[in-house]
Amino acid sequence: MATLPEVSDSASPRGEPWVWFTGLGLVVGLVMIAGLLALVLWNGAKVFWAPPVPEARLKDGRTLLGQLAQRRVKPSSPANAPRYERQYQVGLRELNGQSFLWVDESEVVSESFPADVVGLERMENGPAFVRPVALVRADGSRLEASSPGFFPALLAEVERAESVRRRHSVLVRDAIGGVNAAMESARIDLRRAEDKGGDLVPIRTRIAALEKEYAALRERAEAVLAEAGKGGLESRDGAGRSVVSPSLTLVRAWLPNRMGPGERFGLMMSRVREFVFDEPREANTEGGLFPAMFGTLVMTVFMSLLVTPFGVIAAIYLREYAAQGPVLRAVRISVNNLAGVPSIVFGVFGLGFFVYVLGGSVDRLFFADQLKYNNNTPVFGTGGLLWCSLTLALMTLPVVIVATEEALAAVPRGMREASLAAGASKWQTVRHILLPASAPGILTGIILAMARGAGEVAPLMLVGVVKLAPTLPFDGTAPFLHLDRKFMHLGFHVYDLGFQSPDSDAARPMVFATTLLLIILVVALNLGAIWIRNRLRRRFRGAAF
Amino acid sequence: MPTMTAPTPARIKVRPAAENDGRKDFISIRDFGFWYGDKKALDGMTLDIPERQVVAFIGPSGCGKSTLLRNLNRMNDLIDGVRHEGDILIKGRSIYDPGLEVISLRRRVGMVFQKSNPFPKSIFENVVYALRVVGVTDRGALEEACETSLRKAALWDEVKDRLDDNALGLSGGQMQRLCIARAIANRPEILLMDEPCSALDPIATGKIEELIHELKVQFTIVIVTHSMQQAARVSDRTAFFYLGKLVEYDTTEKIFMNPSQAQTEAYISGRFG
Ligand SMILES: Nc1ncnc2c1ncn2[C@@H]1O[C@H](COP(=O)(O)OP(=O)(O)O)[C@@H](O)[C@H]1O
Ligand SMILES: [Mg+2]
Repeated sequence: MATLPEVSDSASPRGEPWVWFTGLGLVVGLVMIAGLLALVLWNGAKVFWAPPVPEARLKDGRTLLGQLAQRRVKPSSPANAPRYERQYQVGLRELNGQSFLWVDESEVVSESFPADVVGLERMENGPAFVRPVALVRADGSRLEASSPGFFPALLAEVERAESVRRRHSVLVRDAIGGVNAAMESARIDLRRAEDKGGDLVPIRTRIAALEKEYAALRERAEAVLAEAGKGGLESRDGAGRSVVSPSLTLVRAWLPNRMGPGERFGLMMSRVREFVFDEPREANTEGGLFPAMFGTLVMTVFMSLLVTPFGVIAAIYLREYAAQGPVLRAVRISVNNLAGVPSIVFGVFGLGFFVYVLGGSVDRLFFADQLKYNNNTPVFGTGGLLWCSLTLALMTLPVVIVATEEALAAVPRGMREASLAAGASKWQTVRHILLPASAPGILTGIILAMARGAGEVAPLMLVGVVKLAPTLPFDGTAPFLHLDRKFMHLGFHVYDLGFQSPDSDAARPMVFATTLLLIILVVALNLGAIWIRNRLRRRFRGAAF
Repeated sequence: MPTMTAPTPARIKVRPAAENDGRKDFISIRDFGFWYGDKKALDGMTLDIPERQVVAFIGPSGCGKSTLLRNLNRMNDLIDGVRHEGDILIKGRSIYDPGLEVISLRRRVGMVFQKSNPFPKSIFENVVYALRVVGVTDRGALEEACETSLRKAALWDEVKDRLDDNALGLSGGQMQRLCIARAIANRPEILLMDEPCSALDPIATGKIEELIHELKVQFTIVIVTHSMQQAARVSDRTAFFYLGKLVEYDTTEKIFMNPSQAQTEAYISGRFG
């Protein structure tokens, strides 16, 4: 008989170190993910935070007023005696040329926090940090900065400007936009009538009427703007130069050195609200991201609606109907490898096939007239929501197919046999037993597909995402969902801000904030899908997944 | 040497064969052979199963009982690479007749599996599934069929107040009776049962055995069982299989009291298997 090895009391079970090793792997992964999220969260939140604003006195006698943006070791300084430099956001691009200034720390003689500093967000030329002199109101009356009701009056002025701007933009976007669209189609009618020899007179009268309406609306818009008046805020910047900001350009005003924590938090919330629900300003570096968020959402949902039926049907065929064999194995391997194709290749395919071939054909078949009389402006023959969704649906198809196949394979054989033994056909078995039982698994695939699709940028640049879209893909004019429209997308926004922006210092915080919003959006979409999946699971509890 | 006290023929109580005026060759298996790929699982099986009787298949595991049973409703056709020879006739018509849809065959032959396999649906939907797939939508007809089948399966009283609950919340024995109710809901002529009690406790087993007695009035039942006592208790005729061959087939009384083959005798007295 062979002798067994001694078992000592202290012997640890073999392989225990491997448990630690797997744990370590998980920890490394989690730390990296948590680090990334913390970085995004911290930098993204900085966009909305309003810190106190110092007035820095420099050695050369200059003073500057600005928010401290960052502090770093000077790249040229020796390692053993590091010298620091500070970056101040001084704003006032019209005077300084740029928003951010680097200052050697040894240059700074002293820093103070004057209580009267006002922070301003403006419609153009970036923010401003100034010391107010006086407020000139619409009626011409002047309120000195030293008088008691000064700041509330400034806030009231900002509010008034806001309401004027809102009314103006509603007028321009809705009323004038509608007239423009009508004019466009009238012009097409005119060209068609000229070409085919129709009656030109009624069309000409229609155009004339529209032109008149247009002029009237323009006038009204001007009148609304004029309501804002000639007033504004007179102030001095850090260097003592005079800065006059007309009322109409003021978006937000705050007292960075006098606010309490509650007010600071309130300001932050108001900025977050603007970020999520408003339109962008200043080449997208300021204002909100609503159109991009909305575009991402609509595109992702639409993509999921497209990819689900295709993926599920393909998987049902592969798993339930096709004869298992070498051909099927080859097909399956190809499908899986499709997931490894670089996404830009899908973009090129989408542009070549969907946009030019499919879109071009749709235009020739259904919009030939419009093409002919509208300077060959394509409708579907150019990038748009539909093609973006289709391209991403194609890209995420393997994920859904694989997940569905796995889910179908995981349905216990007994259930399949019970259904067939009861006299159900194969399709009835798929429809009544297999699909419901594998729905949670299919949803897992859709969740993965959505996460992958929502974060994708490269292919979208080719098939319909733009930096700035004048309209949303979904609005009040029929047919409500405009599949042909170009749209904005958070992922593309990140790329555009980070790498295409003229003022990269100003854009950087927005990059993080946008990333944060994208992550939150994806998480929200996934939570929604997970919620549906859990409900399904509860319904089909006991089935093995 | 088996350590367990083996049941001797004398200790098994055998029910006398039922008087029955049904047709004697209701199911007729003719020189039937069956392959899983290259492996021959059944060889030269010939036996007739009379109408409205219970026939038990016994034999050591792996001898081909399930294989033969699953051929009676062509369930084994679903497996890749299978092949058969010989023929199986039901009421004189071959089940392999190209003019006979396998679906319509399965609608006439119900099946209960070894492992209970209710669908993850309500109790009601489970029972009426076979009716739904033939397109019955009339609520009244479905409800009636549901009640009748559940009553026949001796489950009605236990579930009548929760027909809309998920079937997966039932106990093991209840699930198996539900599967029986599901198998008889569309009134098949034949009921196939593959070790229906192997996962159940004695009380649930007793209920199902009683059920088989009652169902016999209407259905022809073929049951595979591991338990010789069960075969003796429920069946009219018993077939003993060994290594894919039919060793002996006779009335249950004869098989248990006075088997003509030495192998049969060895098996039922527990000397192997
Ligand atoms: N799906 C299958 N594929 C290959 N061989 C099988 C399959 N099912 C059963 N067999 C083989 O066929 C023989 C008979 O099996 P089965 O009919 O299940 O026996 P039992 O009498 O225990 O029910 C066994 O040797 C088994 O290994
Ligand atoms: Mg078996």
